[in-house]
Amino acid sequence: MTEPRHADGPLLTVERLRVEFPTRRGTLVAVHDVSFEIAPGEVLGVVGESGAGKSITGAAIIGLIDPPGRIAHGRVTLGGRRIDNLPYDEMRRIRGKEIGAIFQDPLTSLNPLYTIGRQLTETIRTHLDMNETAARDRAIALLEEVGIPAAARRIDHYPHQFSGGMRQRVVIALALAANPRLIVADEPTTALDVSIQAQVIQLLKRLCREHGTAVMLVTHDMGVIAETADRVAVMYAGRIVEIGPVSDVIHRPRHPYSSGLMGSIPSIVDERERLTQIDGSMPRLTAVPSGCAFHPRCPRAFERCSRERPELIDAGATRAACWLHAGTTVEEIA
Amino acid sequence: MSTGDVLLELRGVSRTFDVSPPWLNRVLERKPRVLLRAVENVDLAIRRGETLGLVGESGCGKSTVARLIVGLYPPTQGTIRYEGVVLAGAGVEASDSAAQRRARRGMQMIFQDPYASLNPRWRVADIVAEPLRVQEGALPGAAIEARVGALLGQVGLAPVDGIKYPHQFSGGQRQRISIARALATQPSFLVCDEPTSALDVSVQAQVLNLMRDLQREFALTYLFISHNLAVVHHIADRVGVMYLGRIVELAPTRRLFAMPQHPYTRMLLEAVPDLSMTGKSRTAVAGEVPNPLDPPPGCAFHPRCPLADARCRQEVPKLLAVAVGGEAACHAVEEGRIPSSATA
Repeated sequence: MTEPRHADGPLLTVERLRVEFPTRRGTLVAVHDVSFEIAPGEVLGVVGESGAGKSITGAAIIGLIDPPGRIAHGRVTLGGRRIDNLPYDEMRRIRGKEIGAIFQDPLTSLNPLYTIGRQLTETIRTHLDMNETAARDRAIALLEEVGIPAAARRIDHYPHQFSGGMRQRVVIALALAANPRLIVADEPTTALDVSIQAQVIQLLKRLCREHGTAVMLVTHDMGVIAETADRVAVMYAGRIVEIGPVSDVIHRPRHPYSSGLMGSIPSIVDERERLTQIDGSMPRLTAVPSGCAFHPRCPRAFERCSRERPELIDAGATRAACWLHAGTTVEEIA
Repeated sequence: MSTGDVLLELRGVSRTFDVSPPWLNRVLERKPRVLLRAVENVDLAIRRGETLGLVGESGCGKSTVARLIVGLYPPTQGTIRYEGVVLAGAGVEASDSAAQRRARRGMQMIFQDPYASLNPRWRVADIVAEPLRVQEGALPGAAIEARVGALLGQVGLAPVDGIKYPHQFSGGQRQRISIARALATQPSFLVCDEPTSALDVSVQAQVLNLMRDLQREFALTYLFISHNLAVVHHIADRVGVMYLGRIVELAPTRRLFAMPQHPYTRMLLEAVPDLSMTGKSRTAVAGEVPNPLDPPPGCAFHPRCPLADARCRQEVPKLLAVAVGGEAACHAVEEGRIPSSATA
């Protein structure tokens, strides 16, 4: 196992990641030039609407892009070790041991034919050097940790004997089985009711704090991000359009798409006659507009936006890919 | 906004589903009959011109209420009246009288999934025109065509979109088509069952704004069902909260969100993740919704309620008026046992 070179450096580094899906009508680029870092113990929220490429980014990190999709460019480094080009078997050992995954639907992530105890002990024994009894003890401890009452009895139950919220806890226990350093959680609360969702968020936050686990939290729910994440990346049409500390991105967004997105979310606190409306919808991957992909929907677009694509530029406390913030920097340099 | 004039009224409405194992299994394996009480003893009045929101977690019976109102299910008990006409319920023999058909024409429904609620083999113009074609005294073809064009325009699509098929539209556009279809017969009442839950937030904002505009333009009354409290807070004038088949609290939106009375409502409001929550942590909610096949006796919420006492475990609370406005079904509220009404 490779240890991080310096303890306070990033645990996960994604550099210029590009994911392509070859189709008969040409190559679709689902993730374009995406770069970010996650530090140990940090929760990075990745938000965006359907088709923005957020789940594909998560899948690329855990090495689960379905062929013929492939990582065409870029590097993914976990604790100093490059993991995007590993052979299948080696990646399989990293998955589960160093990277845990939590998916949206807890029913499809569990095998309905095995007791949860068997699924847990199998995962534990695959990744850790333990005998059956020790693995079972660890499984019970994990179930207790994720808040399953009467864990010693429930361990011999099948997935269908658990409710939705309890199943998602089992999935989290599975993801934690080998003490991974990174958890990739793709819409972990979307299938759950609000009261259960709150419990699962609390649990994730506590585990992250206590174990120093880094979390990449992919969701379309800004409320969940607001409550859980330290930093947020907003994705649009395969690219990160804004990235920064959570309160800045939510309360002082710099990219017109982020501010439209925040304004379109109804709140239980303030009262508004109308919600901010972003007209149109996200472009299909077959027809991404030239220049900034958001320009046809952007209320503040100008001529340069349709011609040139902006890179992420420092904009206040965040970094935004928008020409609105380019002028000032250029003037400052000049 | 509301005139106090009741458009739709549910009185003592219950709906039970028989979810027993097949007859042979019951005989051979001696399994009992199993009844699921999806909706129990619901009283509800919707006033003309208002938006009544109905919220609750999955399985609380909110969609069943919608289906009872539009007549997709008959109620097991109780009566449903629309503009004074009894649509369904005790003492109604013929369920298809002329008066009932006329009343039903005044209501339409918008469903959650815009991918499943539009026929993929029909052109959009035919989908929107169908309610016009099936109603008595149908318009001539040219008039229908003009009306369909106008309807598509009203929901923000182009009349030329009529020749396309549903798969050529995005989720938000499909939901606009559903709305155009619902508006075709010029209804005064729309039952909207999670109309924006399958949509992305920016598209949800478009649809919610559109629904507001249409309400103002055509003086529509909405029953808006959602599990999303923020959406209901935005769109509704009054809100009903359901738990395990019953309405536990019903109040004007502002009162409900500012001063929730029922412990379940308080719990729900505390659980909603909100943009203003950055960096804050909150008290997690304990427990889950019990199995509706085997609901707890007394108040169904008592196993999760911090204020439950012996009475709560035995007696089902009635929906009673509360001092701060609205109604709540809670013994603790009735007895004044709840902590100060202003909450976190």
